[in-house]
Amino acid sequence: MTSSNRMSRRDFIKVTIGAIGGVMGVLLGVPVVGYLLQPAFRKQAAEAWIPIGKLEAFTIGIPSPFSFTRTKVNGWERTATSYGGFVLRRSEDPKEILILSSRCTHLSCRVNWNEAAQGYLCPCHDAKFSIEGEVLSGPPPEPLERYNEFKVDEDGNLLIFFEEA
Amino acid sequence: MWRKLYAWLEDRLGLEEIYKATLDRPEPKGNWWNTLGSASLFLFLLQGVTGIFLTVYYTPSPDHAYDSIQYIMNDVAFGWLIRGIHHWGSTLMVIVVFVHMVRVFVTASYKYPRELTWIFGVGLLLLTLGMGFTGYLLPWNQRSYWATEVGTRIAGSVPLIGDSILRVLRGGPDLSALTLQRFFSGHIWIIPALLAAVIGVHLYLVMRHGESHFPDKDD
Ligand code: HEM
Ligand code: FES
Repeated sequence: MTSSNRMSRRDFIKVTIGAIGGVMGVLLGVPVVGYLLQPAFRKQAAEAWIPIGKLEAFTIGIPSPFSFTRTKVNGWERTATSYGGFVLRRSEDPKEILILSSRCTHLSCRVNWNEAAQGYLCPCHDAKFSIEGEVLSGPPPEPLERYNEFKVDEDGNLLIFFEEA
Repeated sequence: MWRKLYAWLEDRLGLEEIYKATLDRPEPKGNWWNTLGSASLFLFLLQGVTGIFLTVYYTPSPDHAYDSIQYIMNDVAFGWLIRGIHHWGSTLMVIVVFVHMVRVFVTASYKYPRELTWIFGVGLLLLTLGMGFTGYLLPWNQRSYWATEVGTRIAGSVPLIGDSILRVLRGGPDLSALTLQRFFSGHIWIIPALLAAVIGVHLYLVMRHGESHFPDKDD
């Protein structure tokens, strides 16, 4: 720099090149970072209200089965998983409902309601759960999972709140 | 005649200078432990070459990855050899790089003026482990699948940003085709490119400072 405040030709070029380089770096850098890190920003809704049938279709006092399918999307890959469970209406009151998952807590086989045994039986390792989902016998470590959040809409559909594990 | 040709070439290429600067350096009294860096370099190159050969048959897709490996092992001439070298070489490289680091530590060679050599070396160790982590998934068998399930979850346990790290590693919330594709890309392009660059800096620093002398009783 000379004694004057004016910028020298060299410094001007350095600063200009630096600035242009910086702008180019950002212009290139943002897309590159976005391209690689996109999965961090794109979230798939992992929860939803799922209709499982008309309330009146479920008989009071007897567990009745329901099932639904959720599709997971990973890029170009779609994986459908089916879920199932049982609805037990304890009374006319639409709040008095017990909804259990039919996924055995041992190794994820599907349990079935058995009227004669008055329990849920697992075909895989002979587990038995009570009508409340408690383990009566067999290897499962925990009671059947419950869908505790449910509601009935204006049209009389029973919906459960589902969250991806 | 050959001498003339050599002189002619040398006059233009100047390779002797490069040779003197890179390989014909003064060394402290020979010690086998000092060969481990070169052994790491050799293994890196070996993994590079065998890895390139593997990509001739390997397919990074959930539908074909496993079968393409079976094909390499059972049907490709010397496929078992190429894969075997790459497979065992990966473990060996981690060990050798690690022992190289231990020797640098034990001989206190990380001290002034070689702090940066050490720091870039740490980068090399991490990148080498990254190669192992990404490569392990590629055969897409039960072991690799579940190892990656666990490994990405461990990364996901970081406070606050863990979930984002897990998604970036997996290419989404689940282990999927995208995970395999990402790990493949990381394993054959991104990490090797970083490794090569950091090795370059590491070796430049080694040459610039020369080998540290072996500590003796006075040290
Ligand atoms: C891909 C991995 C690596 C390669 C290819 C590599 C290569 C080399 C080579 C060829 C040398 C000179 C010969 C020798 O001393 O053995 C060297 C020296 C050195 N390396 Fe590495 N290295 C790697 C990893 C590491 C790691 C993980 C560290 C430590 C964290 C490290 C720290 C050093 C230091 C401080 C020296 C200087 C030693 C001295 O001057 O005595 N390197 N490296
Ligand atoms: S899976 Fe149900 S008892 Fe084993």
